[in-house]
Amino acid sequence: MAHYVIIGAGECGTRAAFGLREKGFGDEVTLIGSEPVAPYERPPLSKAGLAGALQPKFIAAPERYAESSIHLRTDATAINLDVRNKIVTLADGAIIAYDKLLLATGARARPFPGMPESSACIRSLRTHHDAMALHHMLKPGRHIAIIGGGFIGLEVAATARKLGADVTVLEGLERILKRGVPEVIADAVCARHRVEGVRIRCGVSIESLNEADEKAVITLAAGDVVEADLVLVGIGARPNVELAEKAGIAIENGIAVNAQLQTSALDVFAAGDCCSFPLDIYSGIRVRLESWRNAQEQGNLAAANMLGTGEAVSAVPWFWSDQYDMTLQIAGLAEGAVTHLRRDLGDGAFILFHLDETGRLIAASGIGPGNAVARDIRLAEMLIAARACPDPAALTTSHVKLKSLLAA
Amino acid sequence: MSGNWIEVCATGDIDEEDVMRFDHHGKTFAVYRSPDDEFFATDGLCTHEHIHLADGLVMDEIIECPKHNGRFNYKTGEAKGAPVCVNLNTYPVKVEGGTVFISI
Repeated sequence: MAHYVIIGAGECGTRAAFGLREKGFGDEVTLIGSEPVAPYERPPLSKAGLAGALQPKFIAAPERYAESSIHLRTDATAINLDVRNKIVTLADGAIIAYDKLLLATGARARPFPGMPESSACIRSLRTHHDAMALHHMLKPGRHIAIIGGGFIGLEVAATARKLGADVTVLEGLERILKRGVPEVIADAVCARHRVEGVRIRCGVSIESLNEADEKAVITLAAGDVVEADLVLVGIGARPNVELAEKAGIAIENGIAVNAQLQTSALDVFAAGDCCSFPLDIYSGIRVRLESWRNAQEQGNLAAANMLGTGEAVSAVPWFWSDQYDMTLQIAGLAEGAVTHLRRDLGDGAFILFHLDETGRLIAASGIGPGNAVARDIRLAEMLIAARACPDPAALTTSHVKLKSLLAA
Repeated sequence: MSGNWIEVCATGDIDEEDVMRFDHHGKTFAVYRSPDDEFFATDGLCTHEHIHLADGLVMDEIIECPKHNGRFNYKTGEAKGAPVCVNLNTYPVKVEGGTVFISI
């Protein structure tokens, strides 16, 4: 009987485990997760989960693992991988032999240089445990300083304001959401935060981060000091590659995989936040994506490829963020765009279409209340996947349905 | 109308292969028009995170949730894979005199 083992019980690994069953694999499946709880959805942690839902939102009801004959091992950490003998060793000494292995080890929060490893008032946000610790500190009258004006930092800023806390966001670059979000959309997000009372300071350089008398103290290079009851460090994530690296697997901005998610080791696959992969629709550029949708899709794809289907990654990158009543969605990668066309959808919602020098649609970014931009972004994603060169006038004319362009 | 048929809208209010939100007595429904001019109705909220399905995309008999891309067959309510695993309820629909009614 074959034994397929998945290391990492986040969205990607869990999807892969169920994917194996859905695709008809009848032999043994083991899913190894380092956290003490059953696999849960991570996106709510900075949004609704932080605001009030104290229970994790499980990816699957805990009883479904046994029903699907998936051996879920929680609170279990893989500490060694022997790819020659196909053996995984866990921290508790258990030895697990595999026939095929999936590394879905995810990523962890990048620490601020010099940040204490354990602190009540200086924290990161990556796990349910982190979210619960933060939740208890976001209260009226508390001052929260957030280092990093990316998605996590800004989502927490919005949630913290909702819970009545006083919020300052410190961003080192000249604007928030510098990575992957067009300036005009970042400006809209920034304006909304300011209306809600968040202080956003960009272009600040932090000299030191310390705690003293149960307060966090941030000293800026310019000389001034920001004191806060809590500092959240949200400056990105690092892929968890150590296990693979120690096993001699090729690393390149994450665990390097080919388009079928195979690593450099025989019968070892990697998927989700931990891996970098070539993206055919963007001329094979190697990317690593930290997104919920990517984790889901690659989990499914890894399951298929572990079963020998040989399918290549074809999905268009897709990201979203919720802040206040606004949703921001981005499909595709806008680097390389030379033309940016705007479609207004009413109620302040708009979409930017990003075209390359040949007129090909390579990305679309939108923001608006509720889900105002969702349908058009989804259609844009399909146009991107189809490598379409849509008529610019049709893109900017809001009463022209994007669906009609798919058939063109 | 008599019985439990509830008037929703004129047939022309929903485009072909599109969806419309319909609220009635505190409950939300999604009403669909297929490419061959048939009408269907399901619960209006995604079973994953209670997002309004009427903001989603209808294509090839599928309604796709606008938030997390959960997919359902709008004719049967069947969930079509993660992240959704709970089906939608469906409701009878009829068209009379150019008006769409659903039975709740």
